[in-house]
Amino acid sequence: MATTDHGVTSPGRAHIEERTLRRDRWWLQPLTTFVVFSAFVVYATVRAFLGRDYYASPYLSPFYSPCLGDCVAGASDFGQPFAWWPLSAALIILVFPLGFRMTCYYYRKAYYRAFWMSPPACGVAEPHRSYSGETRFPLLLQNVHRWFWYAAVLVGAVLTFDVVLAFRPMPAQYAVGDGETSGVHMGLGTLLMLVNVVLIWLYTLSCHSCRHIVGGRLRHFSQHPVRYRLWTWVSRLNESHGRWAWYSLFSVAIVDLYIFLLATGTIQDVRFF
Amino acid sequence: MGYDLKMRVWRGDAEGGGLTDYTVEVSEGEVVLDALHRLQATQTGDLAIRWNCKAGKCGSCSAEVNGRPRLMCMTRLSDFEESETITVTPLRTFPVIRDLVTDVSFNYEKARELPYAELGPRDADGKRRMMQVDVERGQEFRKCIECYLCQDVCHVVRDHEDNKQHFAGPRFFIRYAELDMHPLDTHDRRRLAQEAAGLGMCNITKCCTEVCPEGIHITDNGIIPMKERVVDRRYDPLVWLGNKIGLRNKDNDGRTEV
Repeated sequence: MATTDHGVTSPGRAHIEERTLRRDRWWLQPLTTFVVFSAFVVYATVRAFLGRDYYASPYLSPFYSPCLGDCVAGASDFGQPFAWWPLSAALIILVFPLGFRMTCYYYRKAYYRAFWMSPPACGVAEPHRSYSGETRFPLLLQNVHRWFWYAAVLVGAVLTFDVVLAFRPMPAQYAVGDGETSGVHMGLGTLLMLVNVVLIWLYTLSCHSCRHIVGGRLRHFSQHPVRYRLWTWVSRLNESHGRWAWYSLFSVAIVDLYIFLLATGTIQDVRFF
Repeated sequence: MGYDLKMRVWRGDAEGGGLTDYTVEVSEGEVVLDALHRLQATQTGDLAIRWNCKAGKCGSCSAEVNGRPRLMCMTRLSDFEESETITVTPLRTFPVIRDLVTDVSFNYEKARELPYAELGPRDADGKRRMMQVDVERGQEFRKCIECYLCQDVCHVVRDHEDNKQHFAGPRFFIRYAELDMHPLDTHDRRRLAQEAAGLGMCNITKCCTEVCPEGIHITDNGIIPMKERVVDRRYDPLVWLGNKIGLRNKDNDGRTEV
């Protein structure tokens, strides 16, 4: 009997050599996750360290909002308390949305499967010989998710403010036609930012920690009707938390790319009015 | 309308065994358990199978069909191509007794480690009252038929035999959650869930939810809320501060840590 003391080939279990007997394409989902997440990480890292081309008035890239470092004129709507910061201003703020997503219950599932193969798919043996889950440092820090959620709410509020500012008239150099700027403006950038902030809010408010905080922690819903109602709404959103995670990941990258292309003069904004 | 189904069935015991090929005649509308019963009746009278209700409610006929944990009585042959070979093995997380029957006593040992509900005093008229809205969350978990497919697929014990001692598994995490959400229970099981039951070992990869034949949202409605309750107790300075200055979560008052 060729068994070891490890996993599905442990002594006493049915002797089957194969790691899995699944014949469907179980590898497709983790592979897709791996490729898309890796592409996003590479793109976001490059853009975060670039330190320029993040503002095309009135649009500010979500990677740099709020712009608290030594930012270009017009980009800092909340002052520049970190003007001394020698690196890209994105690095000051990105730690919060990054931490929120890294500790997110959905993303954890996705990257544990795709990057750490723990497990790669259901019923497929993982390659690791030992496993301690989230009981030790650094994975013990996954428990601070709700702290990043508090920060994510603030970031969401700032991004909402950015969308309001994106309705401002554009400066003459960006204006189309005769160059005249009206009192209110809306361009493709405004629309993209609006869609992005809606998706960011859907992702933030569908968070499992949010669901717990608004009412999930209670044992007597009947004594807290308002919190119960909130919990019911968040629960409904929470069913699609993974979808909002993906959509908002794409939208934030698309908005940043659009603003990058505007700021570098590669394209001109499509102006609706 | 019948056809010859090709099957590979694991035969053997704890000493050893392997997959054996069979061909068995099946009919339209049948399930994997039907095919195995016909195999048992016509070719392999000594094939060991555990089954009972054939209706997906007793949780007895758990096995792995083409590598996926399933109830054999709820796995329709029409889900497969007629030319496809269906492979059936016992649950790969538990010790095998013979053929498709495994020893699932691990689960009963874990059940015994979980303190039952300790209800508070009755009302003046001798009754206990609970509002429907307060108990309906826990009722989802009462749908569990204890088929242990979630326990079987959980990689924490499936891929790491040594974790069995310190890990209760998803079936019991929803039991912890159910009791922790109970409006009348006076036990606080959060420490127990984290330490003795090994809740922190779960990395919420949701395979338990994927295989649950009752469609219980084990991860989203059970494990994650339980993890958040542990965070309340151990990792949230705001809660700690609130307790210190008297802004307690009064909804959880009166419970005793076990």
